[in-house]
Amino acid sequence: MAKVNIPAAMRSLTGGESCVEVAGATVGEVVAALDERYPGLAARLTQEGPAGIKLRGGLTVFVDGEMPLGGLKARVGPESEVYFSPAIAGG
Amino acid sequence: MATKTDEMIPATEADAAVYRVIGTRPVRPDGVDKVTGRAIYGADVVLPRMVHGKVLRSPYAHARIVSIDTSEAEAIPGVLSVITSKDLPSVQATAKLGEGGEVNLGHLSGNVLAREKVLYQGHAIAAVAATSPHIAAEAVRKIRVQFEELPPVMDVRLAMEPGVTLLHDDLFTETAGEKAAQPSNVAAHLIAEEGDIEAGFAAAHLIVEREFTTATVHQGYIEPQNAVAEWRADGQLTVWCSTQGAFVVRSQLHSILQHPISQIKVVPTEIGGGFGGKIPVYLEPLAAVMSRKIGRPVKMTMDRAEVLMGTGPTPGTYVMVKMGVDRDGMITAAQSSMAFEAGAFPGSPVGAGVMTVFAPYAVKNVRIDGYDVVVNKPKSAAYRAPGATMAEYASETVVDEICRELGMDPVEFRRKNGAKEGDWRAFAPPYPRVGNLECLDATEASAHWRTPLERQGADGKLRGRGIASGYWFNVGLTSSCSGRLNGDGTVTLLEGSTDIGGTRASIAMQFAEAFGIEYEAVHPSVVDTDSVGFTEVTGGSRTTYATGLAAVELAKELQIRIKGELAKLWEVPADAIAANGAVFANNGKSLTLKEIAALMEENGLQIQAAITVSPTGSGGAFATHIADVEVDPETGKVDVIRYTAVQDAGKAIHPSYVEGQMQGGVVQGIGWALHEEYVYDEKGQLRNGSFLDYRIPTTLDTPLIETIIVEVPNPGHPYGVRGVGEVPIVPPPAAIANAIFDAVGVRLRDLPMSPRKVCAAVQAAAG
Amino acid sequence: MAATLMHGKVAVSATVNEEPVDFLCEPRESLLEVLRERLGLTGAKEGCNNGNCGACNVLMDGQLVNSCVVLGVECQGASLTTVEGIGTPALVPLQECFLQDAALQCGICTPGFLVSAKALLDHNPNPSEHEIRWWLAGNLCRCTGYDKIIRAVQHAAEQARTEG
Repeated sequence: MAKVNIPAAMRSLTGGESCVEVAGATVGEVVAALDERYPGLAARLTQEGPAGIKLRGGLTVFVDGEMPLGGLKARVGPESEVYFSPAIAGG
Repeated sequence: MATKTDEMIPATEADAAVYRVIGTRPVRPDGVDKVTGRAIYGADVVLPRMVHGKVLRSPYAHARIVSIDTSEAEAIPGVLSVITSKDLPSVQATAKLGEGGEVNLGHLSGNVLAREKVLYQGHAIAAVAATSPHIAAEAVRKIRVQFEELPPVMDVRLAMEPGVTLLHDDLFTETAGEKAAQPSNVAAHLIAEEGDIEAGFAAAHLIVEREFTTATVHQGYIEPQNAVAEWRADGQLTVWCSTQGAFVVRSQLHSILQHPISQIKVVPTEIGGGFGGKIPVYLEPLAAVMSRKIGRPVKMTMDRAEVLMGTGPTPGTYVMVKMGVDRDGMITAAQSSMAFEAGAFPGSPVGAGVMTVFAPYAVKNVRIDGYDVVVNKPKSAAYRAPGATMAEYASETVVDEICRELGMDPVEFRRKNGAKEGDWRAFAPPYPRVGNLECLDATEASAHWRTPLERQGADGKLRGRGIASGYWFNVGLTSSCSGRLNGDGTVTLLEGSTDIGGTRASIAMQFAEAFGIEYEAVHPSVVDTDSVGFTEVTGGSRTTYATGLAAVELAKELQIRIKGELAKLWEVPADAIAANGAVFANNGKSLTLKEIAALMEENGLQIQAAITVSPTGSGGAFATHIADVEVDPETGKVDVIRYTAVQDAGKAIHPSYVEGQMQGGVVQGIGWALHEEYVYDEKGQLRNGSFLDYRIPTTLDTPLIETIIVEVPNPGHPYGVRGVGEVPIVPPPAAIANAIFDAVGVRLRDLPMSPRKVCAAVQAAAG
Repeated sequence: MAATLMHGKVAVSATVNEEPVDFLCEPRESLLEVLRERLGLTGAKEGCNNGNCGACNVLMDGQLVNSCVVLGVECQGASLTTVEGIGTPALVPLQECFLQDAALQCGICTPGFLVSAKALLDHNPNPSEHEIRWWLAGNLCRCTGYDKIIRAVQHAAEQARTEG
């Protein structure tokens, strides 16, 4: 089961839970599993894009401390830790 | 000559790897061009039949455009084209543009040329192309625009009030993907939370809560924005411009002009500073559209007032910080609420403010709220560690106050509470290996910290010392390099990263180290978007890290190809060939790279490769700075008399340019701390739109800046590189504020800490 | 005396980097515009166009000027030195020291600093740190924090003294 850190502003949907364990082999599957348990989370984490559903604009996902490529298709391991983070900009 | 020390400290003996090229200080490849006036910057580009463009800018901070009459301007002899927003396609979508940031293209396009409303003084309304820049400027003055003035919204906190004038009717506060029902000037609300702050504050022995404000400031690059565009009859568009990222200009042009990306080539010229401000496009689309209309190349350059009025400043901010500590000086809770001016369109760096405000500390009970707020000022752009300087000015000043109250040494407090590997941070997984504590150790051991300060200056001036820490990320993202082995054994290295501060050298050095050749045998060039693979902007402290990694990977790939050719020649398997630096050997036979290069040329072969990387193992950087100031209590003038910057560089590839980044960041921070600010009147008119009145530091405002490079290798890079460019701007305002307190016993919580404010505070304290 | 010609332009004769040069310019054109647009000498840069940043520094009859606030027509009979006139064909110690000491990052201010520092060293071969700072206070640099520029000028002065 992947450990997912729920952004503070979305914890109203998880009854205050900040860390949730769900199964999923990709970020997309993790989001789907989260939404099954806490309906509404997928709508907050993802949006419609020209090529289908994608991670919401301005969000970055970390898997095991790294920012993987592939967005929702990025692989998640059985023991992975997943974080959703507002993207940062640099100068 | 003043005392001056520059040191380099590896974190451990094991970290002090021995390199052949890395860590040396060679002359940069573009150096001779830049000391002889030969280097071609954007404004130096000249094309046959080229004409000149100028922009009409809004005189009002907030107004509806009723009508635009261009007929008088068009009638002037020599005027070839006048365009307004009607000449740009209407675009709505969002796109990723640079460093993972999501940009609303309607806003991007609307910033390039105003549509229904002007949203800040200086907002572009129309553009003219003419046979000379003087005629274009004349014509701009003849464009008649009828405005309906609207109340300007200039203050970030007032902009958040209910019932205030709205900049955009269709802007709804977004909180983690959820939109508010009513429109407002607050574009986004970010929340980071961990633990239980109420319990944390309840357990505190001492709680300090303070409010801070900072003025809008500009990146202040010396070279104004510029662009030359040539739109051929076959639809091929070529743009020459000073940019931090040619590929990002290409994608913005594609989006704004709705023109196929395959028909756009962007040629990055030399760039005269950027600091984040040369990522958005301003002139490029205008020059392109006018070139399409008249069939001749169009050149546009801004003057300094246009740069200050029309290009990205960094936000003015409001930041509240509340921290609680127990009797032993351990932080029990930390809270912050911050509101950042985005300018006319959403997109301030408040997210990074949230992520950095408590970054130097291991905090267990924390809550941070951030608000992205539109006001009638230029759309903010990134500026060196965007968001961090304002946030950490607040928290590092509160920390100093806590240390004073507790009677604790400020280095000791920071070390005791210092963030290290595995500690929590906002919006991201726990820290990987970082050099925060190592920087504090180096600060404590520094000659500066160990030399007592003479408290009295001349003529009644008083001296004080302050320290502050700072944190900034670095990002990975995509970088490309390609290269080929020339017949003489040298390598031509093509890069997509604009070189703003010596990265041709730092990338070529990594290539030379990895490939086993001399630095002088590597010939790097920054090339256009048709000539190298996709590369993200030079920004986010990423170039030496990510493009350097691409160069290392390129070196490996070239070695593989050499082995492949030698394997055929020697009739042995490729993996039986050993490469030891520049010598390739198998079973007694060996060839040097020079011999191989000649052999390949003889046989009509070329060893070449192209590499693209998107590294994910970026490592952030900590810094601690020491400032000594001298305050004149009569005038309030503050002089920085000694300054030391300690910073974890991971591994300094070219130490001179690492020191240069540290020194340059510090001096920008000194300017921000003491005298830079946008001064607006009540109608939202900028009153100091020149380098005379918007005062960036001069040689007389700064001491020599001592540097101590700490090297705690980034595990995500083969040589341990961390981004170094941005974090040095973060600590100066707080270090100087803390030094001012040490000198004259007053706390300044509003940037800039100008003579007027310091004088008033000293007088108020004296009663 | 300069004569007004057709299209409102004026003919001007001057010496630029020790070569005789004749050019036509409008009375409203600055020396900086003339150098860059008419003579193709783009080493002098425009940073502010009102005499505040020094990126356009050139020497006019040995005097340091901001070429953006000098008119082209004022240059009749003048002798001008631009960055292109320094260090050809071989670099001078000042340029070598800027390279060795990494005294530039983006390089846009570098031509102005070199011309300005040359003017300083021409009349004061042994300047103190303060004298260097005082002299260069009209040249803005946003990248380096000035530290390495000051040291490069000090090193160039030392070299010139030991070699001279």
